[in-house]
Amino acid sequence: MELDILMIEDEPNIAEAVRFILTREGWRVDLHPDGAGGLEAIAQQRPRLVILDLMLPNRSGAEILDDLRAAGDRELAATPVLMLTARGQAVMAGGQADAVLSKPFDNEDLRAIVRRMLA
Amino acid sequence: MNIRSGSSVLTGTRIRERRLVLSRRQADVAREVGISAAYLNLIEHNRRPVGPEMIARLAKVLDVPADELAEGREEVRIAALREAAVHPAGAAAAPELEQVAEFIARFPGWAELLVAQSRQVRALERQLVDLSDRMTQDPYLLTTLHEVLSAVTSLRSTAAILAEEQDISDDWRQRFHTNLYQDSRRLSQTAQGLVAYLDSFETEGNAATPQEEVEAWLASDASRTGALDMLVSDAARDLAMTLGRTLEADRAALPDARLTKAVATGGAALDPVQLAVTLGLPLDLVMRRLGDLRPEGYERAGLLICDASGVPTLRRAASGFPLPRPGDNCALWPLYQALAMPQVALSRVIVTPEGRSFRALSYATRSQPEGLEGPVLTTALMLLLPTEDEAPSDALLVGPACRICPRPDCPARREPSILVPQASVRTPRS
Repeated sequence: MELDILMIEDEPNIAEAVRFILTREGWRVDLHPDGAGGLEAIAQQRPRLVILDLMLPNRSGAEILDDLRAAGDRELAATPVLMLTARGQAVMAGGQADAVLSKPFDNEDLRAIVRRMLA
Repeated sequence: MNIRSGSSVLTGTRIRERRLVLSRRQADVAREVGISAAYLNLIEHNRRPVGPEMIARLAKVLDVPADELAEGREEVRIAALREAAVHPAGAAAAPELEQVAEFIARFPGWAELLVAQSRQVRALERQLVDLSDRMTQDPYLLTTLHEVLSAVTSLRSTAAILAEEQDISDDWRQRFHTNLYQDSRRLSQTAQGLVAYLDSFETEGNAATPQEEVEAWLASDASRTGALDMLVSDAARDLAMTLGRTLEADRAALPDARLTKAVATGGAALDPVQLAVTLGLPLDLVMRRLGDLRPEGYERAGLLICDASGVPTLRRAASGFPLPRPGDNCALWPLYQALAMPQVALSRVIVTPEGRSFRALSYATRSQPEGLEGPVLTTALMLLLPTEDEAPSDALLVGPACRICPRPDCPARREPSILVPQASVRTPRS
């Protein structure tokens, strides 16, 4: 079955809450808890959307996004990405993310953005 | 030209002002001091130099601390006020720099207040920069704030789920309650740690720069006991401990008693180079010890040490030679000439813009602490001794730092001075 969303987030409680919210909307969600191996997880699972935390251990979300956009596989490189950042870090996410959501966020805002990106 | 005229002007004016404050007649003061009224009149009108002994006698009669009348204190205040004038906040005010000496002499209390407030402003600015640096670069703060944000994000999403979502199973409800408990606990612990960390900023906020803290420490007795209590910043304590180890090693290699005896035996005729030969010890060690102990004949000595980049690693001001802010020095100081001529002792009389003369002994050493393959390190020292002698014709005219140096045609000028009209300033070197 096709994976709708891959969330790369090292905070387990945030990941669990987000997964619960989005799963209830009917989307299939998987988690990857570390910056290391993030790109490989995307390439392997081919999600329709990646929710990517900026501050990750071992490899930052920005680095993963750079690598993703530079991937030789054009379909993989074009994977939509929703970046989760602190408010002041939005600039660091660069222009490569399709959407940016500042922490802490409203659950309804999260749902609305994901709904729009997966439409 | 009498090169001492600048400093004498200040002293004479101050003596006169003090006498007038006390409503004392010139003749009465002169009689008590043991000079003629005419001679005192010449002194007060800056037509006669005033030596330390005369200042001491006048100070006693005028019931004022001797250093209140001394030129060194005057110059320190002048330098401090010039530093204040350099501040961007003072640019629009266009303070009358040519009248700074008169201002100090006529309104010593106001001058003191201005100097104190200027120093406080600079210290606060420094603190602000430090805080800003920490806010943007401090790894602890960044990590802690990220931790706070993560906990708040989790709390908000989880609480919203529990409050807004319908039909949550007991298992999930229990799980989210557990998450809430974990996150709230993590948040409180992180917040406490953050508050404690921010509190530490406040306790470190009194000093200007770590180097200035260390200079104040060096000038106190605490440096001889090794007590670091008066140092408030970690950086200053690190600097002082490193310096303390060097001083301790120097004192072991050349104890106070041995140095004092050698200086007393040799008398004034024995210069530091001869002293080193007599003692059979390296010149740089003897110079450091003279600057540290300040034995008889060296009571007013100052010592500056810099590395090969020219950055001072130790600064102890000589009497009457106020030092500029750290990192802003005169390129003509013989200290820097010594860097280019290691192992050669250079002696030169230097003259400050105020007309004070100093015998400057400069010397540089080279070492390779990591062996043949390691880098060559050069260290230069300059021992400064105030001299009352008339400066020779080849005396080197130096300043404190370009920004607060009044010499308009200095060949080493690298930036304009606030003390001279811009049109008359030589173009900075390319």
